[in-house]
Amino acid sequence: MNIDLTVIWALIIFVAVFIYVVLDGFDLGIGILFRSFEVGHDRDTAMNSIAPVWDGNETWLVMGGGGLLAAFPLAYGLIFSALYAPIIAMLLALVFRGVAFEFRWRDPAHRGFWDLAFTGGSLLAALSQGVVLGALLQGVAISDRAYAGGWWDWLTPFSLITGVSVAIAYALLGATWLVMKAEGNLQRQARALAWWLGGATLAAIVGVSIATLFLSADYFQNWLHWPNILWVAPVPILVALASVAFVRSLRAGHELAPFLLTLGVFLLCFIGLGISVFPYVIPGAVTIWAAATDRSSQVFMLWGTGLVLPMILAYTGWSYWVFRGKVGAHGYHA
Amino acid sequence: MFELPEALLLARIQFAFTVSFHFLFPAITIGLASYLAVLEGLWLKTGREDYMNLYRYWIKIFALVFAMGVVSGIVMSYQFGTNWAVFSDKAGPIIGPLMAYEVLTAFFLEAGFLGVMLFGMNRVGKGLHFTATLMVALGTFVSAFWILSVNSWMQTPAGHAMNADGQFISAGSWLAIIFNASLPYRLAHTLSAAYLTTAFLVGAVGAWHLLKDRANPRARLMFSMAMWMATIVAPLQIVLGDLHGLNTLEHQPVKVMAMEGHYQSHPDGAPLILFGIPNSAENRVDYAVQIPKASSLILKHDLDAPLAGLDTVPVADRPPVGIVFWAFRIMVGLGFLMAGLGALSLYARVRGKLYEWRWLHRFALAMGPSGLVAVLAGWITTEVGRQPWTIQGLLRTAESASPLAAPAVAASLLAFVLVYFAVFGAGVLYILKLMAKPPVVHESAPPNIPVRSAGTTPAVALRPDTLATE
Repeated sequence: MNIDLTVIWALIIFVAVFIYVVLDGFDLGIGILFRSFEVGHDRDTAMNSIAPVWDGNETWLVMGGGGLLAAFPLAYGLIFSALYAPIIAMLLALVFRGVAFEFRWRDPAHRGFWDLAFTGGSLLAALSQGVVLGALLQGVAISDRAYAGGWWDWLTPFSLITGVSVAIAYALLGATWLVMKAEGNLQRQARALAWWLGGATLAAIVGVSIATLFLSADYFQNWLHWPNILWVAPVPILVALASVAFVRSLRAGHELAPFLLTLGVFLLCFIGLGISVFPYVIPGAVTIWAAATDRSSQVFMLWGTGLVLPMILAYTGWSYWVFRGKVGAHGYHA
Repeated sequence: MFELPEALLLARIQFAFTVSFHFLFPAITIGLASYLAVLEGLWLKTGREDYMNLYRYWIKIFALVFAMGVVSGIVMSYQFGTNWAVFSDKAGPIIGPLMAYEVLTAFFLEAGFLGVMLFGMNRVGKGLHFTATLMVALGTFVSAFWILSVNSWMQTPAGHAMNADGQFISAGSWLAIIFNASLPYRLAHTLSAAYLTTAFLVGAVGAWHLLKDRANPRARLMFSMAMWMATIVAPLQIVLGDLHGLNTLEHQPVKVMAMEGHYQSHPDGAPLILFGIPNSAENRVDYAVQIPKASSLILKHDLDAPLAGLDTVPVADRPPVGIVFWAFRIMVGLGFLMAGLGALSLYARVRGKLYEWRWLHRFALAMGPSGLVAVLAGWITTEVGRQPWTIQGLLRTAESASPLAAPAVAASLLAFVLVYFAVFGAGVLYILKLMAKPPVVHESAPPNIPVRSAGTTPAVALRPDTLATE
């Protein structure tokens, strides 16, 4: 067999992380925007629109982490010990926002507090994930299979920019999700938010892309050297086209298209990231082949993934289908 | 900068703290998911409304516990990397795939069907909804299988080889890795423990409401079901525990020495130390109350069988005896109390006093948290008893940790302690508030009542008509 299983596993993890980012992206995004919605009907509707699916969405985060441990154990240990502070912050933030789904209904007297926990947790989780992305892109000091940098290495202007960028982009996903799922006042507000969040997201994409190019010669090379530029040029061009279509769909009052176009832009950004980073799992330091697990482990897991993943996609899709359509404040039962 | 050993100790405390807190939730959800499936199944079969009422009563609590289990579980899946990077690197090729299978075959299953289970009652038919409940219950079971396979491999590693980078890899057969020597015993003992944990919680809630209103048919129903579990499963658990112990004696004898407090070898029959204070400095158990030769009888089924003690083990390879010794006794003591309650309830049932005997109800109420305490004590016994190894005999705990500085670990440990006590403390409070409400007859009959009337969605909390009934 000549197929390079390491590349296949890199693709699987890449796809799992992408699915996580867009799925938890929209529900973290709703969390980020949550406190700007009116108390009562609007907040209840916004939360109900994601209550049945957030847990499944977050499972992809465990899949990304667990998959990394399974397929690239060296990278798993290195990345998470190197980015200790933002990872711990993300985990604690997810605790707050996760329990808020249940706690806010259980304790009306402290609902304001749990709403704040929901927004604060969602925002901190998004920022942390963005910081992790930035810190990885700017490089991690490694020597002899162990992290060799300091405890604040991750904190740079670049990682802060990526942190804020991810939070903005998640908020855009959340806003367009609500354009799709909500009605009335909440939908109007979501549409207004989508306008300026769309602009801010585009600015963030452009800013982070340009800054990334100058982080390392590899990134510059992968994008701008002949003939690479021919292969990669469609990515920014498609982002530009999607942005135009996004504006037109919002203006035309479409409900589904803004969300799908935002997903499209996320996909393009992910492909762009892949172009920058490949074949590294930790940019500039560890390639996917250096971090790859044993071949026997790769084969064993590929069986499971090949058999089970289609079933997961099927019943996850079914669950979304069950809760399709507009959501009212009375949940999906109205 | 502090010395590394201190960072190591902090990392161990952090893992012990987060995993102990975490396990309390699955210990409940594993049993409760099955209980909910039984309730819904009985409701579908018999049409008796109180089964559905109990289903709705307990699914509110299930939703809370499940959410806390999810968020504390995500922490665990990342903590291997943050605090135990070397362990992750070395053991990843073995345990990584098993945990990936857990995510693929269990976590997605639970999460995928949980939404329908909680919110989908009148979006899908009764049959599909029951299927969703069954899938969630199956997911908790499958999850336990994989994670216990990982843990069992760390206790009784098998089927592995080592590569040039010092990583443990499969020697060829994954079945040898998955079904390692201690898995069957650990799995049976842990699942049975989860069922008992749930049974004693349900029993205590039933007892509480019987103490307040002996006539409440739903309180009677849940109490009766829970006491059947106590009567049947608690004695079974003692047998499973004994078998697990014999398996441990075969594969991890040092752990059993610590559990028994056997500092010295006993060539002609070892005593069973009931109580005492382990004194590792002097290698003896102070103030020991013991039964001569009984330990040999239990472990070897022979009064005069020789048993080796910790004096045969280098000091550097010994676990901390005191913790293991006491945790083991707490677990066993609670196990016998549970079986005692089960026997008493059977006696009361036969005499027709199951719902009348107030001391039985008080006893059951007091035993409510016994499963949770016993489960933690059991895990402390087996995990501390494995020390100083993370992978028994192969990788030391001291060689497993990330190269972290003590201040970083101390700060994160403090954050975990504060957040967990605050957040999960609030969660426990909300659960107790739910448990304090008596299980009532709901106004409309299923399937017209959506599960939202269970309160997992907001509308209900704001609707006066449902508030009146709760």
